[in-house]
Amino acid sequence: MAIDSTTVAPPRIAPTMPRTRPFTEAPPDTLDSKIPEGPIDRKWELRQFEYKLVNPANKRRFKIIVVGSGLAGGAAAAALAELGFNVDCFCYQDSPRRAHSIAAQGGINAAKNYRNDGDSVFRLFYDTVKGGDFRAREANVYRLAELSTNIIDQCVAQGVPFAREYGGLLDTRSFGGAQVSRTFYARGQTGQQLLVGVYQSMCRQIGHGRIRMNPRTEMLDVVVADGRARGIVTRDMLTGEIRSHVGDVVVMATGGYSNVFYLSTNAKGCNVTATWRAHKRGAFFGNPCYTQIHPTCIPVSGDYQSKLTLMSESLRNDGRVWVPKTRGDKRSPAEIPESERDYFLERRYPSYGNLAPRDIASRAAKAVCDEELGVGPGGLGVYLDFSDAMRRLGVASIRERYGNLFDMYQRITGENPYEVPMRIYPAVHYTMGGLWVDYNLESTIPGLFVGGEANFSDHGANRLGASALMQGLADGYFVLPASVTDYLGRTKLDAVDENHPAFMDVEREAEHRVRRLLEIDGRRTVDSFHRELGKLMWDYCGMARNRAGLEHALSQIPAIREEFWRNVKVPGSAGDLNQSAEQANRVADYLEFAELMVTDALHREESCGGHFREESQSEDGEALRDDERFAYVAAWQYNGDGVPILHKEPLTFDNVHLATRSYK
Amino acid sequence: MPSHNTLEESTRSTAHDDDSRPMQLTLNVWRQAGPTEPGRFVTYQHQNVSEHMSFLEMLDVLNEDLILRGDEPIAYDHDCREGICGMCGMMINGIAHGPQRATATCQLHMRHFKDGDTITIEPWRARAFPIVKDLVVRRGSLDRIVEAGGYISVNTGAAPEANNIPVPKPNADRSFEAAQCIQCGACVAACPNASAMLFLAAKAGHLGLLPQGQPERYRRTVDMVAEHDKQGFGACTNMGECEAVCPKEISIDFIARLNRDLIRAKLTNPSGY
Repeated sequence: MAIDSTTVAPPRIAPTMPRTRPFTEAPPDTLDSKIPEGPIDRKWELRQFEYKLVNPANKRRFKIIVVGSGLAGGAAAAALAELGFNVDCFCYQDSPRRAHSIAAQGGINAAKNYRNDGDSVFRLFYDTVKGGDFRAREANVYRLAELSTNIIDQCVAQGVPFAREYGGLLDTRSFGGAQVSRTFYARGQTGQQLLVGVYQSMCRQIGHGRIRMNPRTEMLDVVVADGRARGIVTRDMLTGEIRSHVGDVVVMATGGYSNVFYLSTNAKGCNVTATWRAHKRGAFFGNPCYTQIHPTCIPVSGDYQSKLTLMSESLRNDGRVWVPKTRGDKRSPAEIPESERDYFLERRYPSYGNLAPRDIASRAAKAVCDEELGVGPGGLGVYLDFSDAMRRLGVASIRERYGNLFDMYQRITGENPYEVPMRIYPAVHYTMGGLWVDYNLESTIPGLFVGGEANFSDHGANRLGASALMQGLADGYFVLPASVTDYLGRTKLDAVDENHPAFMDVEREAEHRVRRLLEIDGRRTVDSFHRELGKLMWDYCGMARNRAGLEHALSQIPAIREEFWRNVKVPGSAGDLNQSAEQANRVADYLEFAELMVTDALHREESCGGHFREESQSEDGEALRDDERFAYVAAWQYNGDGVPILHKEPLTFDNVHLATRSYK
Repeated sequence: MPSHNTLEESTRSTAHDDDSRPMQLTLNVWRQAGPTEPGRFVTYQHQNVSEHMSFLEMLDVLNEDLILRGDEPIAYDHDCREGICGMCGMMINGIAHGPQRATATCQLHMRHFKDGDTITIEPWRARAFPIVKDLVVRRGSLDRIVEAGGYISVNTGAAPEANNIPVPKPNADRSFEAAQCIQCGACVAACPNASAMLFLAAKAGHLGLLPQGQPERYRRTVDMVAEHDKQGFGACTNMGECEAVCPKEISIDFIARLNRDLIRAKLTNPSGY
């Protein structure tokens, strides 16, 4: 069988002389994160009191534009409409209920302490800051932990069918990076159930006429008029119509950028366009190099592979990870005796074993595959073996725990994991980086608020399991409704309409760009460029990064981009449903964004969380942070044709002691 | 009833082998340039199908060829490709989502087909799902049903402490079974009457089985059914085709439950809600 070119180990790049720095640095103290004064546990309360309110009778005079209908965007749209504002909501799917939040499997954290096992808001806060490898803002994380309990209340009231115990009360389970049981779940589809809750709340407001929903409508750009975000330009994906939407404030909750790697666990439509265009209009981009790799995904099977599928990491509770000790061992796994297997996680991390955190387990798998010990097509896989657990607990017990995951694996690979070990390999899964926002979730463009995965705010350099859903809903239900109301209450907005020159210009640019993409009529498909970029990013800006590789990537991206604009072939017309044109528009933005991501990875000469620089590791291969030099958020300013400008937001830790993570 | 393969029958228990030969397939695909254009079947010879491909990847590869040949690629909806977002869906040899039971189109793999097979691919066909292009249809009619009442009226911030609302585990589990619906529309496509009753009943069951859903239980049912009819879906005559194709295996028992609620609503409050 043909093997994907992305499954071949990258060629080693010889170190070159460091070139001139691909960025410049702003003077210190350019960023105001607007963290409230006061002790950590009172900051949000005090800030809410400072917030301006809007008279109920006046709320209907405002129009709020919300882009994205996932947990953050959908919840913000519903909550703002409930307050009485007019909301225009946009999504590229045909229904708001399909946003990619739907794919989350595991659960949602909340500091309810229902187990009486020592959980508290402070502990959830502490675990999240530590899990993020001390690269998140303390005040934001504390607020997140505080709001976590309200989220569960809200979701239950909406009818989210969480798992329950026989007494009728809510069940919880443990998840990676925590020693308490605080994860609420709905079998393997917590994301879908929470999103349906959000969707129902939206539908109620749509029915009441307070949300106007625009499905199959893709945001192409944000419009900044007189220094404030005042609307967006969209393309109707069914008719091709490009038009402006004017509002008083813009909320973006447009998700992450994992698809810069082409292969990821994200939905095919997930894209960086909204955040990248906002960046080009003045919103700083925070920590773009922080990407998360998930260790338990189904490996690539061929060069036609279109996406990767994640399996819940709960599998590692009972599965043992191993590879053959001998290179090129072609025997079937059952024929390889115990003594010739390397259970490398158990060997390297005796106390956490197969349950080592995501980034550590992923890198260890990559390391053995780099040594050509991997299994399956292209040697890019390791075994996840349940035979010991099945012997110990019985097949029925394993079926009960993991039956749906085993079925999914079998459906995709055609192999029966009850009889042969699963093969797994890490895949890109989540991006911690995103648009820089202050404590109020406002970006550096006044009036542009950013929520959910699209902002950089709460997870630092690594997100803990079951925290993404928590952050999306905290932003959407509780933070944005308060901070957006405050913005509208304290800001004097000039009258602006579609004929404002800023709208006319952006609309014209968007039309011109789509037309240009269609006119190139070259010889390569959009997908071929996306794959080429993805392979480059995975090889040199993926699980492990080094200076030479990153500089190599930085030199290659402009060439791919140049060829794209010369040689891409986008069939069809601009005036109807044209999925190639949609994709071309997104890939064009990835080709620009990738350069910033690599630049960020190159400048951060330390290893932290999901960002592993080979130059910054201990003798036994563990990540080494450099708090002296890098305890800051890197917020990048777009600078036209010049190199990007780096702004630093220093991170201080007053409540959590800066310490090295250890899972040995 | 369509015949389905079970997972067990059609998968191997041997380790992955690398030497599978490409399959060759004949595809009859519905092509339609726009909502008001006439459609027709176009036949494609697909020479290069690996058994490990998903059905959508098989179409991706065909589309790449079509683009390079200067043709327009086949339009079809898809997004998560994990069987959960409900975006994908097509009739494959007359069966909604194809021959594999409990499997959305994106999770169907080519190992369930044989070298030399002919596969006919059509869009969902229902009055309430007008065709946009090729295999893409509008399904907003399903959203309209939810907007008519498929929710619990609770404002953000108004929720009581979560454990103040105990839910007996069997009820919670049953509610969850209904809540698994991914709103793909396969039930409508499979129904000879193009009824969305399984979808509607799943929503009514999900909320109506929970204590939180009780205050609006009957109003919700009546309002959703009225909207269902208004959107042009047909009536349910208990054919059971919907249950057979549902990728989440939602049971038509929920339709029986819905009908009980509907009758109760009419009897207890004949003047309506």
